[in-house]
Amino acid sequence: MDATIILQAGVATGTILLFATIGEILAERSGVLNLGVEGMMLIGAMSAMRTVVAFGNPWLALLVAMIAAGLLSQIHAVIAIRFRADQVVSGLALNFAGIGLSLVLGEGLSKAGALALLPTYTVPLLSQIPFLGAILFTRHSVMVYIGYVLIPAAWFFINRTRPGMHLRAIGEFPAAADALGINVVALRHVYVFVGGMLAGLAGATISLAVSPGWFSELTTSGYGWIAIGLVIFAQWDPVRAALGSYAFGALRRMILDIQGPTSILGLRNPFYYLPYWGFFLEMLPYLFTIAVLVIGSREAMRKRLGSPSALGLPYIRGERGL
Amino acid sequence: MSGPESTPRRRSWRFPIELRLEPRGAPPRWLGAAVTLGAVILGLLLGAIVLSAAGGDPWRSYAYMVKAAFGEVGVLSDTLVKATPLILLASGLCLAFTMKLWNIGGEGQFFLGAFGASAVVLTPMLPPETSPWLMIPAMVIMGMLAGAVWGFVPGYLKSKFNVNEIITTLMLNYVAVNWNNFFIFAVWTEGGFQMSRKFPQSAWLPRLTDYAAQYPQLRGLTLHLGLAFAIVAAIVMWWVIYRSRWGYEVRLTGDNPRAARYAGINIARNTVLVLMISGALAGLAGVSEIAGVVHRLQGSISPGYGFSAIIVAWLAKLNPLLVIPVSVLFGGLIQAGREIQPSGVPKMLQGIILVCLIASDLLMRYRVRFMRRLREE
Repeated sequence: MDATIILQAGVATGTILLFATIGEILAERSGVLNLGVEGMMLIGAMSAMRTVVAFGNPWLALLVAMIAAGLLSQIHAVIAIRFRADQVVSGLALNFAGIGLSLVLGEGLSKAGALALLPTYTVPLLSQIPFLGAILFTRHSVMVYIGYVLIPAAWFFINRTRPGMHLRAIGEFPAAADALGINVVALRHVYVFVGGMLAGLAGATISLAVSPGWFSELTTSGYGWIAIGLVIFAQWDPVRAALGSYAFGALRRMILDIQGPTSILGLRNPFYYLPYWGFFLEMLPYLFTIAVLVIGSREAMRKRLGSPSALGLPYIRGERGL
Repeated sequence: MSGPESTPRRRSWRFPIELRLEPRGAPPRWLGAAVTLGAVILGLLLGAIVLSAAGGDPWRSYAYMVKAAFGEVGVLSDTLVKATPLILLASGLCLAFTMKLWNIGGEGQFFLGAFGASAVVLTPMLPPETSPWLMIPAMVIMGMLAGAVWGFVPGYLKSKFNVNEIITTLMLNYVAVNWNNFFIFAVWTEGGFQMSRKFPQSAWLPRLTDYAAQYPQLRGLTLHLGLAFAIVAAIVMWWVIYRSRWGYEVRLTGDNPRAARYAGINIARNTVLVLMISGALAGLAGVSEIAGVVHRLQGSISPGYGFSAIIVAWLAKLNPLLVIPVSVLFGGLIQAGREIQPSGVPKMLQGIILVCLIASDLLMRYRVRFMRRLREE
């Protein structure tokens, strides 16, 4: 078991979570809670596969995945923003609809066979950095590098640009933003759409890069929900989200790889000799999500940090409150 | 996108009719039923569009599904068998959702219920020749306890650390599946197969077909005692939510947590209690499925009952009595969907119906007016 191999693969797996988490951060920062991430990811993964099967072009597939998931997200946007329904229930509904749609439209895709996958690159020079180079810049899918760019870009956009300030305003105090002439309703639609596109990108990252193929609901196996948990852990900050995502990716990889060797650190490997104990390893990512949520929630209570103040609340012009 | 940073500029043309929402008071009684029916029909129509886009013949599929679910006594009995766990799960969810506690861990609590009941038979806590009068109650109690534990964890974390229960309940689903798999594969496996040995007859819930000796027309009917448990549970939950003092606390907390706190209601305690009750009922659903249908512990015991129940509870407007007929419809959908291609159709229809239902709720809360757009400024 080689630590660099696990961490290298962990970064790739973490990239899935990274896209989904940053997408959800943008939506939630605008004040819209979207619990449909898992469904949007499945739609993204499915439509990416469909496109590749039909046209053989993975780049086109990425685009289609993002648009498909973005369009799906607008169902939630209309119901939550315009119809002012409960965002929790609406997000759950979107999730079920996304799962069901991708199952029906993805029928037969699991037999798709050899596919045109996204290319992988090794970055010259950077990959020569001892230890880190092998983990971060060697034989990675192009999506991983897109992820590296997205982290600072999202942070800079939210914290240092004018549209980013508007984003924070409509999530914290939409009435004031509205008074300043910011179109709260339209912008919330935009950020839910962007969140959907990133979830679709996350789905396409699974089916075209990290674990290629279509395995119906098992394609995402809870990544969308882990991403929603990570948003809370990250306290709506893209950089913390990246740390959480990569840590989770490494954990997932470690679970797979720890069952292979006969001995670990000179001791008999219990997971090799008693393979069924692996089921307890499989629980770890989900238990970790809960642990991470507890940590995030406690920290938020102590520091009096919180979610965006208007998160989950519809904005109605002229009504009192946020 | 309309750039927010750009200075406000006058648009030359805007759509001349605008949609305006006016809050309404209590909607008339008939409206709720009409809107729900309309939403379901709309959902089926949208589902038909997707089905034909995927290359199917939606009308033939729908006609086939109705026949496969309700066409004759035998399949109707199978439909009711599928409805049984839905009634139990959704009744519990009605209570949780009334308090705005979003328990989406019904699936995991169901699995744990099945585990608890199996532990009684397979450990074995009771020998196989135990009377069913002792065996079945023991299984019910253990299953409900196991489900309640699975509800306690998110309830405790929510009340103690304000941890989002949606994610914890959902994460525990995955943990529950792995937990059961460990016992199915490693501890209770029958000769290396991915299932336990068959339970002794004393651990089976009585079925209609068991009485075929006296009443030949019951031959082959799989309907079991679990349905009676389910109906009793639904009635009890209706009484708890809408007639008991504690249920009033739960409803008040759901409607207005601030008022509830000022009224001295112990929200933290109720949070734990509500999630435990809802988990216990999900556990009972697992017991009923394992003792009434499968008669052994194995991996595939649920076609997603825990998730379907969420939609059932919502469609029933969180009224456990309405949960019973809605569950029968959804039981039919699950029953018919087993034979239909593509296999995701029931899940898709459930999802689309839920979306339509939630969108249609708009008509209950607001009067929708289409108005000529007045010139601004």
